[in-house]
Amino acid sequence: MNVTLAIKRFNPETDSEPRIQNYTVEVQPTDRILDALINITQNQDGTLGYRRSCAHGVCGSDAMRINGKEKLACKTLFQDLVDQNPETGNAAAAPATIEIEPLRHMAVQKDLMVDQGPFFAKFRAVKPYFVPAAATPERGEYIQSPEERELFDEATKCINCAACYSACPILDKNPDFIGPQAIVNAARFIFDSRDAGLEPRLDVLDTKDGVWPCESHFECTRVCPRDIKITKLINFTKREIKKYRAARGEETAEQK
Amino acid sequence: MILVQEFDAIIVGAGGAGLYAALEASTTARTAVVSKLYPQRSHTGAAQGGIGAALGNVEEDSPEWHAFDTVKGGDYLVDQQAARILAEDAVRAVYDLENRGLPFSRLPDGKIAQRRFGGHTHHFGEGPVHRSCYAADRTGHMILQTLYQQCVKNDVQFFDEYQVVDLLLEGTTVRGVVLFELKTGELHVFRAKAVLFATGGTGRMFKITSNAISNTGDGPAILARAGIPMEDMEFYQFHPTGILGMGILITEGVRGEGGILKNSKGEHFMETYAPTMLDLAPRDMVSRAIMTEVLAGRGIRGDRKIDDYVWLDASHLGRDVVEQKIPDIADFCRTYLGVDPAEKPMPVQPTAHYAMGGIPTDVDGRVDTGKVVYEGLYAAGEAACVSVHGANRLGTNSLVDLIVYGRRAGRHIAEYVKNASSPAAGEADADRAREQLQRLRNRKGGRHVGPIMERMQEVMMEKVGVYREQKEMEAAAADVRKLREEFQEVAVQDHGAGFNSEVLQIMELENLLDLSLITAESAANRTESRGAHSRKDFPERDDETWLRHTMATLKGDQVVIDYKPVDVSIWEPKPRTY
Repeated sequence: MNVTLAIKRFNPETDSEPRIQNYTVEVQPTDRILDALINITQNQDGTLGYRRSCAHGVCGSDAMRINGKEKLACKTLFQDLVDQNPETGNAAAAPATIEIEPLRHMAVQKDLMVDQGPFFAKFRAVKPYFVPAAATPERGEYIQSPEERELFDEATKCINCAACYSACPILDKNPDFIGPQAIVNAARFIFDSRDAGLEPRLDVLDTKDGVWPCESHFECTRVCPRDIKITKLINFTKREIKKYRAARGEETAEQK
Repeated sequence: MILVQEFDAIIVGAGGAGLYAALEASTTARTAVVSKLYPQRSHTGAAQGGIGAALGNVEEDSPEWHAFDTVKGGDYLVDQQAARILAEDAVRAVYDLENRGLPFSRLPDGKIAQRRFGGHTHHFGEGPVHRSCYAADRTGHMILQTLYQQCVKNDVQFFDEYQVVDLLLEGTTVRGVVLFELKTGELHVFRAKAVLFATGGTGRMFKITSNAISNTGDGPAILARAGIPMEDMEFYQFHPTGILGMGILITEGVRGEGGILKNSKGEHFMETYAPTMLDLAPRDMVSRAIMTEVLAGRGIRGDRKIDDYVWLDASHLGRDVVEQKIPDIADFCRTYLGVDPAEKPMPVQPTAHYAMGGIPTDVDGRVDTGKVVYEGLYAAGEAACVSVHGANRLGTNSLVDLIVYGRRAGRHIAEYVKNASSPAAGEADADRAREQLQRLRNRKGGRHVGPIMERMQEVMMEKVGVYREQKEMEAAAADVRKLREEFQEVAVQDHGAGFNSEVLQIMELENLLDLSLITAESAANRTESRGAHSRKDFPERDDETWLRHTMATLKGDQVVIDYKPVDVSIWEPKPRTY
């Protein structure tokens, strides 16, 4: 069937503002949006800019807004977006147009490519690495029960694609908010029985731009291509901070 | 403008091998990691089933058995001391990763969980063994994340989205690399005492592949153009279970957990081909078994065409096992096939997966052709050929290779740079790369990359695939030569400087074309069947003539072939049955 991709384009070298360019491509219902983008750059228009690598939803390169929702272009099939007429094989409602835009909350570098520098800087700020709670075993592994391992399993799925960061309504009003992905990556360690947990990360999380701006809109959870219950993890993290402060008779940054 | 910077060591590629090498090298050397991707996008993250190490957490195991399995799995083309190092160091490496925070799945006693995997046995082949240490079905993701996290912790310096375009040598001593910065379109000369290439695989030379779009063999191609021979490029692994039509990997771990392959008659056909190991026979054998079933008309469509398929059935394992042990696989199947593997079998076909061959190295990652050792030049991971995989890699050993040999290369670099003198390199060293870029940008109204890329992938898949014969491989080489000529007419449409990913794609296509030619010629030259190189016209292994590594040098549009001996110092080659 033929579909039209209406792609929001912007090249700071030549454009003063973004423009929409339409491309018509022939696709199978089971094709990925990414397949069509590749088709465009390799056969129609080599100037279109976007990132991609693994093409099956594990590397996190090709998050973008597709019909207004953050998705991975390689995990979204045309049949998920366009109804097909079973008799003609064409799109049921012609012309089928799919709107594609870059992620929000990050500066557009070119077309669908956005500057993830600040996004990764916030990630690095939460100490997204193992801070061992105990000395390294002389030989062998730290012992951890399957139940303890399960506690932080969801957070380990994150591929840092920035879909949640784009969808978060808090970042509309507070660009300094650390964002859902950074908190997920902190939670990855906070709830790991082998890790020193909350304490080394408090100075970033328990601040006015740390976990507290989150108002549980659930947009991050809705768009996560890895099905991580992000809002839940943020709320668990808030609860840990409250517990930690209460036990010491201190106030959280929210209470101050 | 050409920008020149100086480092002690440069690591090209930020997957498992590159990151581990960077962690080690940066302990003493001023180290830069350059990658054409953003951090954590590398293809190590797509590895699923596990990393092999004889921890013995589930049952008795030993590194010696692991080393033997590796040698036998590689159809005796493996350098045996290198395999011994691999298996022995795997145990330490897995504990090291865990101690750095890697979240392995756990056994009830709290130790690292292990599962069965193809070709891994106890007591030198008596039966399958639980050796693959896993984190659900995203072990590679966890390794990539853990190593990157450690690099953040240790303040390793990254240059994101820098594509390597040239290698600087003075005779056989490295001086640095030339890089193309995606953000600006500028060329950079990075001068260094040591350079490690860990650029990953070459799977995009084939039509159906599990590999990322970025797996274009940049390191091997650049070294090949610098006159360095590539080792054993004819040995390319087709993983038996790729998602039909797309090639996306379905881990061998599915079969490790009890999944079985079935033909159109519902027969468990591996009983015929590998009576002991069944579905857990090595990948080359399982891929051939599938192709044999398909060509005999027992594929699911039954049309005997090479793109017919078989079933991989995990529905009898129950929903709990599917959701707990292979959750990502279940997600892929639901997303791309609309199939729930807990209820229905998965349609699978062999998919181009792994290059056993590559840049020849010694056990410290130094580039070593057997005749000359290049000073300061290193390679590790899939881009390299140590050789621990020989003619066919065992499942899980790719991750072991990254961790063991990435680390060893990094440690060697850390020592080497202490006494090496600073090389000379300056703006003029970027001349060749600049002229090439200029030519590309000045060309008007030329070809698109797409048709050339597609043709190359089809030719390689059809003619240098699971089963091969002389005429077809020669035809493939001839076709690729023609495509290399057509490539000279490719022009860019995007004349912008910044974020010009079209230029990047053209460079990647050039790399794939060069490696395709070397692969096809190396394959046509080897007149025997061994491991993944399986010929209809020479169906037997021939140790008398061919127990030796191919060393293929690219000279213009010719490939000159020489050889290097195989280390068989531990186990005598024997017929390979499972």
